[in-house]
Amino acid sequence: MNEINRLQEINAVLKTVDDPELPSVSVYDLGMVHDVALNENEVEIKMVPTFAGCPALDFIEIKVKRAVEELEWVQLCRVKFTMEHQWSTDAITEKGKEELKKHGIAPPPENYQPGDEWTLNCPYCNSDYTSMENVFGPTACRSILYCSACKNPFEAMKPVVQPLHLK
Amino acid sequence: MSQVVETAEHAKKDATYFLALKELLFQLADDDLLIAFRGSEWLGLAPHVEEDVAYSSITQNTMGHAVMYYNLLEELGIGTADLLAHDRKSEERRNGIYLEKRNGEGNYLDEPYYDWALAVVRNYFYEAFKKIKLEAVANGSYKPLANVARKVLMEHHYHLAHWKLWIKQLGSSSDEAKKRIQGRVKEAWEEFADVLELGKHANDIRSHNLVSIGEEEMKDRWIDEVRTVLVEIPDGSLGKKYGSGRNGDHTQDLEQAVNTLAEVYNSDKTAAW
Repeated sequence: MNEINRLQEINAVLKTVDDPELPSVSVYDLGMVHDVALNENEVEIKMVPTFAGCPALDFIEIKVKRAVEELEWVQLCRVKFTMEHQWSTDAITEKGKEELKKHGIAPPPENYQPGDEWTLNCPYCNSDYTSMENVFGPTACRSILYCSACKNPFEAMKPVVQPLHLK
Repeated sequence: MSQVVETAEHAKKDATYFLALKELLFQLADDDLLIAFRGSEWLGLAPHVEEDVAYSSITQNTMGHAVMYYNLLEELGIGTADLLAHDRKSEERRNGIYLEKRNGEGNYLDEPYYDWALAVVRNYFYEAFKKIKLEAVANGSYKPLANVARKVLMEHHYHLAHWKLWIKQLGSSSDEAKKRIQGRVKEAWEEFADVLELGKHANDIRSHNLVSIGEEEMKDRWIDEVRTVLVEIPDGSLGKKYGSGRNGDHTQDLEQAVNTLAEVYNSDKTAAW
């Protein structure tokens, strides 16, 4: 198998590894996979955390390692979270956004600037008649909102972007 | 060695740089560890349920930030992150003393008469300072730390905005609220100065460009920030009533915090969790 096929195989596996706090949304579609490098039968995967203080990072690391090592030709998979690159909202794939909505979680707003107030359309009925209930939610990366149209509470992924003066 | 230092290996080559970096990392790690521990003691006790969700989320994230700094210390070969958090003597700890202060009277398991005014003032003062220090670190010379600081700053503005809202609203609320906030501000003014300092290695930390501004400028920026929010700034200069945590001075409150935090760890130090 050539290298391109091998990389495709690994990406296919990564699309099956779900975030432990977001069942049905893969770490690949959340944009957490930064780089995959091959060296013979060894694989090195660099990942970026959505939130640096997230306590699920260790679980994710183990889940990714185990899943990739299931591949017959892989002898060893190293997974490393790196801070050299910063995750941002734009890293979520279109599929990831759709999967989040199915889970009752709206994808983060686009073109957000730190400090802006924000709300999002309801992931269930797509109404914009929504309000922010608590910017802090059940995990560091999520907020709690309410839809006054379909009367459902829902969640959203918090937008995080690099402050302009540090870019 | 004032250029960019890319790796732990590189940092270890210069003894003064290594020592200054180590001090700075312990300050960042221990500050976040202690304020997050005091925050965790509020779990279930905050004024209302949304606040409980918010404060515990901030606290969990802050504890995660502490972990990253301990990990950087681990990469430098100083010890495992678990050991550094749980198993260092008081005099080796570098957090500002005000951050170890008990939440109020009583304790978590038995009649916790905690004071919300202290929580609001302490968290606002600390988060305002954390932003200033991390911005200086984000432009500093140790790349692995600067990268972490950049990431933390992306999340941190949610923390700061939260506490700023509380202190602003209580500051324009009932007379009792104003009085309680003002009392805690006055108390903090006598104790907060060491949080703003870089300790006895301040000169090396600055001259090796581990931070892009010195402690005097950090302090000025912090005062400018809190001036925009506080109704009244206490008279006189900031004090450090109990000494300097940056140099290893601490109170009994730190012992109590660490003993509670490390109770499980101490029960079996070699267990794999």
